[in-house]
Amino acid sequence: MAETTYIDAIRRGLLEEMERDAAVFLMGQDIARFGGAFRATKGLYERFGRLRVVNTPLFESGAIGAALGAALAGKRPVVEMQFADFVSCGFNQIVNNLAKTYYRWEAEVPVVVRLPYGGGVGAGPFHSQSPEAWFAHTPGLAVVAPSTPRDAIGLMKSAIRDPNPVIYLEHRVLYRREKEDLGEGDLTTPLGRARIAREGSDVTVLTWGWTVHEALDAAAEAAKSGVSVEVVDLRTLVPLDEETVFAAAKKTGKIVVVHEATATAGYGAELVARLADLCFEHLDGPILRVAYPDRPSPYNKNLEKELLPGKAKILDAVRRLARY
Amino acid sequence: MTNQHDALLDLYRQMVLIRRFEEAAAKAYSQGKIGGFLHLYIGQEASAVGALSTLTRDDYVVGTYRDHGLALARGMSARSCMAEIYGKVTGCSQGLGGSMHFFDAERRMMGGYGIVGGHVPLAAGCAFAAKYRGSGEVALCFLGEGAVSIGDFHEAMSLAALWKLPLVTIVENNEYSMGTPLSRTMSVADSSTKALAYNMARDRFEAKDVLVVRERIGAAVERARRESLPTLIEVQTYRYRGHSMSDPGKYRTADEVEARKKDDCIANAERSLRALGAGDDVFARVDQEIEAAVDDAVRFADESAEPGEELIEAYTYA
Ligand SMILES: Cc1ncc(C[n+]2csc(CCOP(=O)(O)OP(=O)(O)O)c2C)c(N)n1
Repeated sequence: MAETTYIDAIRRGLLEEMERDAAVFLMGQDIARFGGAFRATKGLYERFGRLRVVNTPLFESGAIGAALGAALAGKRPVVEMQFADFVSCGFNQIVNNLAKTYYRWEAEVPVVVRLPYGGGVGAGPFHSQSPEAWFAHTPGLAVVAPSTPRDAIGLMKSAIRDPNPVIYLEHRVLYRREKEDLGEGDLTTPLGRARIAREGSDVTVLTWGWTVHEALDAAAEAAKSGVSVEVVDLRTLVPLDEETVFAAAKKTGKIVVVHEATATAGYGAELVARLADLCFEHLDGPILRVAYPDRPSPYNKNLEKELLPGKAKILDAVRRLARY
Repeated sequence: MTNQHDALLDLYRQMVLIRRFEEAAAKAYSQGKIGGFLHLYIGQEASAVGALSTLTRDDYVVGTYRDHGLALARGMSARSCMAEIYGKVTGCSQGLGGSMHFFDAERRMMGGYGIVGGHVPLAAGCAFAAKYRGSGEVALCFLGEGAVSIGDFHEAMSLAALWKLPLVTIVENNEYSMGTPLSRTMSVADSSTKALAYNMARDRFEAKDVLVVRERIGAAVERARRESLPTLIEVQTYRYRGHSMSDPGKYRTADEVEARKKDDCIANAERSLRALGAGDDVFARVDQEIEAAVDDAVRFADESAEPGEELIEAYTYA
């Protein structure tokens, strides 16, 4: 069976939803013939034509605002940002308009905003950020971040079908690196459900996106020295799957929260707060956090590598906590 | 030799430096010595060189990620620019910013910006500061035609016209915004017409002859300096390379690119210089000088150290 990459899984999700529902259409810069900056929409223009794979001028606010309007008028737009960092130019449309339209009028706005995000390729301070916390902080938005091809397609399909605006974070390093055999069928992943990526009994790692793979590598390494690590891939940050997350946390009582975004006021802080509040009796140590230091991303690739919360840093935290 | 000859030779030398510098950067990129992004200016050199030749050392320059030409034309050293592209600590941003984010406060090169359009209001702010001080400086802002769609551009034009700021805004229309031809990003072919809505002076011309660029931008700079009035200018140009190194440029034909290369700003300047009496020896000397300067910059970048973590910490807050 042929393996599907993460980015091809995203494309397949878009394609299948466009075939299933004529209201689904795509908007973005250079997404038509060019296929988008990362070629995520390659071939879709040829298949669905210019009314459903729409190139916009170079703007983000205009695109997201127009998507909201189209959604109010019955469409299901999927808007591509070329890089997640540029979504800042569409911030008002997301946090004020997209997020609160249902609250004001009970009008559903099924808009998906795709954010290619993350560092690791020496892209510098404005093309490397992980902005999930900006949106997790805003009530009214769902926030998802798949780490595997299976969830890339599954969450894409579910996000498009969801009646709420969904911020869909797709990690650029995973695009062509992660591959798996997806098989046939309508592969959805429900929003709001975490996944146990690896079972373990000593320490629990809670994470999402690129760091899921780093945590799995760290877990494999820890196993060699007899430390059994459970890795939870959150997949959806909002709404959080408290049931799965809390169960995994209680199982070991030792928790490491890992994310690529900067530490202060990152989504990990929210997890730590909820665990401290709702799982306190089950904790056997401090909850540790492994995140990017509170610094912008450097352009120099080697320096960036040192700062990223990769396998070695996770392993360190796991070992420290296991000994506790 | 005449003054005219010497002035043109100086501009010619700058254009050749930019081109050879970028060819060397492209080579380093292909060799995997540098990563990230690399947006080449090759083909557009007359625009930056002609425009910046009209400024005094106290004027402000603000640009996009396609900033190597601006930086070199502003007198930043090939060494510090190449080292920045290599991500080295000796670079103009200590290897933390990279190719898209050159900066040199001393030369009032107020930066290359990676988020499209966001820098235009900032240039208006520099112009405001100059006006407020009454010090007579002018701000020059560069952007691509694709960026004209962004709200920030219009907000900056609105402000510049309302407050009568000494701002010269130069839209470098190279016909493509990444893979999108101009006709698909704008409802008009001439972006300088956007000035009409703001009751602002405007101009539009081709950047094939560096002296024409110098004269036309010079007029706008004078208007800004003497009358404190903004101007919006579209410079028609063309980039020979892809949007960035990762773009194979399949959205245009090789014939189209070849045809445009026939009207090259550097070749045109060479022709003019020959007409003014410059001989082979002059061009051989320039080639030699530039080659040595670029080789030196590459060697310097190669041998320089990488930035360490302490640096980034030191530079996060003032
Ligand atoms: C806000 C924002 N949106 C999108 C991008 C991605 N992007 C970078 S350059 C570019 C094309 C810009 O074209 P143009 O303004 O014509 O300038 P050129 O690159 O041709 O010099 C795009 C879409 C970005 N950097 N920032």
